[in-house]
Amino acid sequence: MALTHETLVEGSKMWGLFYLIGFSICVLIYTFLPSNRKRFERAEKEIFDEDDAPWK
Amino acid sequence: MVQLTTRERDLGAIILIALAVLGIAMAAAGRNDLLGIHGAMVLLYSLVLLFVLLSGAFGAPPSPGRLTRYYDDPIKIGVGLTLFWAIFGMFIGVWAAAQLAWPSLNFDTSWASFGRIRPAHTSGVIFGFGGNALITTSFHVVQRTSRARLADQLSPWVVLFGYNLFCLIAISGYFLGVTQSKEYAEAEWYADIWLVIVWVTYFILYVRTLARRKEPHIYVANWYYLAFIIVVAILHIVNNLAVPLSFAHAKSYTIWAGVQDSMVQWWYGHNAVAFFLTAGFLAMLYYYLPKRAERPIFSYRLSILSFWGITFFYMWAGSHHLHYTALPHWVQNLGMTFSVMLLVPSWASAGNALLTLNGAWHKVRDDATLRFIMMAAFFYGLSTFEGSFLAIRPVNSLSHYTDWTVGHVHAGALGWVAMITFGSLYTLVPAIWKRERMFSATLVEVHFWLALIGTLIYVFAMWNSGIIQGLMWRTYSPDDTLVYSFVDTLVAMYPYYIARTFGGLLFLIGAIVAAYNVWMTVRTPAAALSLDEDLPVIEHPGATPTPAE
Repeated sequence: MALTHETLVEGSKMWGLFYLIGFSICVLIYTFLPSNRKRFERAEKEIFDEDDAPWK
Repeated sequence: MVQLTTRERDLGAIILIALAVLGIAMAAAGRNDLLGIHGAMVLLYSLVLLFVLLSGAFGAPPSPGRLTRYYDDPIKIGVGLTLFWAIFGMFIGVWAAAQLAWPSLNFDTSWASFGRIRPAHTSGVIFGFGGNALITTSFHVVQRTSRARLADQLSPWVVLFGYNLFCLIAISGYFLGVTQSKEYAEAEWYADIWLVIVWVTYFILYVRTLARRKEPHIYVANWYYLAFIIVVAILHIVNNLAVPLSFAHAKSYTIWAGVQDSMVQWWYGHNAVAFFLTAGFLAMLYYYLPKRAERPIFSYRLSILSFWGITFFYMWAGSHHLHYTALPHWVQNLGMTFSVMLLVPSWASAGNALLTLNGAWHKVRDDATLRFIMMAAFFYGLSTFEGSFLAIRPVNSLSHYTDWTVGHVHAGALGWVAMITFGSLYTLVPAIWKRERMFSATLVEVHFWLALIGTLIYVFAMWNSGIIQGLMWRTYSPDDTLVYSFVDTLVAMYPYYIARTFGGLLFLIGAIVAAYNVWMTVRTPAAALSLDEDLPVIEHPGATPTPAE
């Protein structure tokens, strides 16, 4: 298949949209996966640890 | 550089000698070209660094205890470089602004003509000030959030000094007349290749440090820094693909032609705004805002959603710079649509920041540093709204090529980028130098008001000027002829040009105040009470134990 302007236009117009939708679904799943809740809550608070040296 | 081991010093010396040889080669090959001047500068730069490196070579070997602490030496130098470039870049900016009101300020010289000092201003503030601020804060944030020391001691210096060599070559080139005429990518091929080397080193250092992390989760600020590093590398390489006239000439020609060149340039240009001037500074926001406000971010999940929204949408927005051009209509539509969609993740970030402050507004009132960060989030929301709005094609027909664009950019650059940087620096400096606070809280307060008033004067002047200019350009008489000549619009803009120079001057004075305050903070000896209380007392022979210990 020759890589013409039309091919690129079709790719961008159609598959680009599906790519965007698929990508968004993956991000939503990652963000709201119940097993990630703990990890995110910990991350929010962890930066306040005043320990100013690298951990062993 | 006192903590460098003998092996690291040797390696550093080899790199610098290689660079010096390269400088000699450039100077010799380019003796009939401006490239020769840059060769001499590379030689001088590497020799000065070599002298600094070797003059410390015969001191006591670094103590092994250093590995139990964070590596903050490059951060300290980075703060100084950030402030130097801030003052330099903003001074050139005020000068360029003054030239528009009083054109004779170019003193009839070519090096000081507007076309040359304008890129010196933009590169000075974006790459000099912004870039050094990003590198410096990223070294701080990645260590603290990963609970790991930087992966090694040499590559941070390669990144910092290598990057500043790029800035020096780029900006001195503009004064000399070396440019490839691509906005925000004016530096010629040899500087571009050097930046690629530096940037890959930066990427490897960052990833290696993350790989050493003791904290299982990578904090969201690091995502933004990493997006900044990776995407800037991609943009820089693709947009700067060029063929030099020869290895002995500074001049090169881009491999892109016609409308593709425009598209690549503005794909680069807009993503430079997105990933250089937004992603990395959002990283600062997500670390220094919660730290300073002493409150966790309002919603960590929202920060993840907006991260992916911003990284994904921004990539497609660049074509809104090319409305009403030879670019295919559907590509313009694509850029316009994604620009409007960008408002969602942008406001999610700005809202997340402002909602974090709910319950801490009394701190915003009392603490000018936190107010800097709050105002930055506010201006971020404002300029992203304006950006989405200006990207709509009919709005763009009024705003494009006018000062409205300049006003929009400065709402973002002064209000958002510079304010978040100063807020971050005022948080970082006492932390790194182990001081309880900045030398003078009053001077931070003075700086805040200078910055805010300067920004408001600047932005309002440019909004007025731009809209007047745009309306005058499209005013037709009943017999379909243009009513105003170009010179008429210049006369109308004159008072606004004076106002914007004054606004910029206030902002510059603020940066000078900041530099003085940082200098005095560093100079003033630390209080007896050390902040790193977790270390054994024996490490601090002079420290007085507090009752808590």
